[in-house]
Amino acid sequence: MKNKLPGYRKKELWWIYSFVLPPVLGFLIFGLAPILYSIYMSFHHWDMLSPPEWIGLANYVDLLKDEKFYKSIFNTFYLLLGIPIGMVVSLLLAILMNRKLKGISVMRTIYYLPVISPIIAVSLLWQWILNKDYGLLNNFLWQLFGIEGPNWLGEADWVKPSLILIGLWGGVGGTMVLYLAGLQSISSTYYEAAEIDGAGGWQKLKTITIPLLTPIHFFVVVMGVIGTFQSFSQIYVLAVDGGPEYSGATIVYYIFQNAFAYFNMGYASAGAWVLGLIIFLITLVQFKLSDRWVYQE
Amino acid sequence: MQYKKTADAWAMFLLLLGSVFMIAPFIWTLSTSLKHQQHIFDLPPKWIPSPATFGNFQAVWEESPLLFGFLNSMTIVVVVLTVGLFVSAMSSYAFGKFEFPYKGVLFMGLLGTMMIPYSVVMIPQYIGFSALQWVDTLLPLIVPGLFGNIVVIFFLKQYLAGALPNDLIEAAKIDGSGFFRIFWTIALPIMKPALAAQAALGFMGIWNDFLGPLIYLHTPEKQTIQVLIASMQSMYISGSNYPMIMAAAVIAMLPVILVFFFCQRYFVESLAISGIKG
Repeated sequence: MKNKLPGYRKKELWWIYSFVLPPVLGFLIFGLAPILYSIYMSFHHWDMLSPPEWIGLANYVDLLKDEKFYKSIFNTFYLLLGIPIGMVVSLLLAILMNRKLKGISVMRTIYYLPVISPIIAVSLLWQWILNKDYGLLNNFLWQLFGIEGPNWLGEADWVKPSLILIGLWGGVGGTMVLYLAGLQSISSTYYEAAEIDGAGGWQKLKTITIPLLTPIHFFVVVMGVIGTFQSFSQIYVLAVDGGPEYSGATIVYYIFQNAFAYFNMGYASAGAWVLGLIIFLITLVQFKLSDRWVYQE
Repeated sequence: MQYKKTADAWAMFLLLLGSVFMIAPFIWTLSTSLKHQQHIFDLPPKWIPSPATFGNFQAVWEESPLLFGFLNSMTIVVVVLTVGLFVSAMSSYAFGKFEFPYKGVLFMGLLGTMMIPYSVVMIPQYIGFSALQWVDTLLPLIVPGLFGNIVVIFFLKQYLAGALPNDLIEAAKIDGSGFFRIFWTIALPIMKPALAAQAALGFMGIWNDFLGPLIYLHTPEKQTIQVLIASMQSMYISGSNYPMIMAAAVIAMLPVILVFFFCQRYFVESLAISGIKG
């Protein structure tokens, strides 16, 4: 009946378009326009004081010769190591939490607390814990195992492992909740059938749990890679000026420094595009490869 | 079953052990924030401060414009969430429940924006906002949020697909209700739980945001709580004044932890609604 009334449909369409207009406008103003402008910028030299100067591909050529840029790329890739470690720990936690235990919701809250805590506050507290001489961690290592702990944030070799450690503490709770939801959706009949066939715990984990959770593994890997490539706040606090020998700087940190410390806007834009391209390519490869290992119902 | 009992006991033991590592940093922070400066180097470290003092909280609060930080963060949160969520609800209703020309293209275009890393748009946005003379105001942090958020739109659209039957809309139409009236009196109330879930998540996201506020806000009185807290690092760490820094960290964490405790159910719901179940 409704479509037979042209007047009504016309009015409805008017409403529909005014309802979808804001996000579309937002996309044009805060998404598309900046992207186009950023491409334009990346071919210029601009310090925001004098007018932009066209320099062609020079920014990109300079990036390829820039040792600090390579270092920040290397550091970012190094931090990706935290993803598989975090997945193993989170899955383990989720399996433990999937039992009907007393006080399990309190446990879940405790593990989830770091996820919601502000990253800046968390980074400050870790800076204190990782203090070489008076920090909690080194004291703990000394008293319990007689190990003299390293200067976690003060030595180039230890900055990245420290960042991974903090990332694990802050991230396992979130991944654990995802796995928990996944575990609860696996039908118990699979396990019962496997038990009848005489499968042990490890075999059930290997042949049922881990394969059936592949959509979640996939989600965690994709989001983890994107998140790692965007990491900035913890770097800003924990690796001041990029850390010793620039060992803690990530790509975003490098871009930030160029843009807002040196006001080298064109150069920073070029760096941002290289980062965008890396994220895009890795995500694309992940989706292409996903057919081979992600289980589809 | 004896086997099950032992397994449960082991699971509990391992979880407890892990939870010590998860919670210890928080307790240590709180403990340090209550200590006098000269006691923080005591070895072995003492968990219970004696004597305890609230002086650090008072000093931090007085020396730094934390109240402004709170108000600034709160302003951004409240404005962006009320307007942004409402706008998102509107477009999710249109996208989710109606057919119209170019719908597919528009929606895919919006989803495409999720792929753009913030670092790519960050610099041109900064240049644009500084041309408008909006740097050192809250506007660059508020205005983009007023246009709705595609992640929220997507989430609400999924929710509406299950929660709002098309027949209900048709029936209301036949009864003579107009487009906006149906949205306002039927769709919006149905979306309430989903909106609450997104509000809880949105609060966390905006309250904890750092890079944007760091770029735009320069005067201490205009900064958000996170930027203020971060600037304390340079103020106090050189003097190893950890009690002050930890007091500041506690102040920054408190609202988030409180919101989390009171809204926990919405966090769980948001996970359930988004259907990340494998």
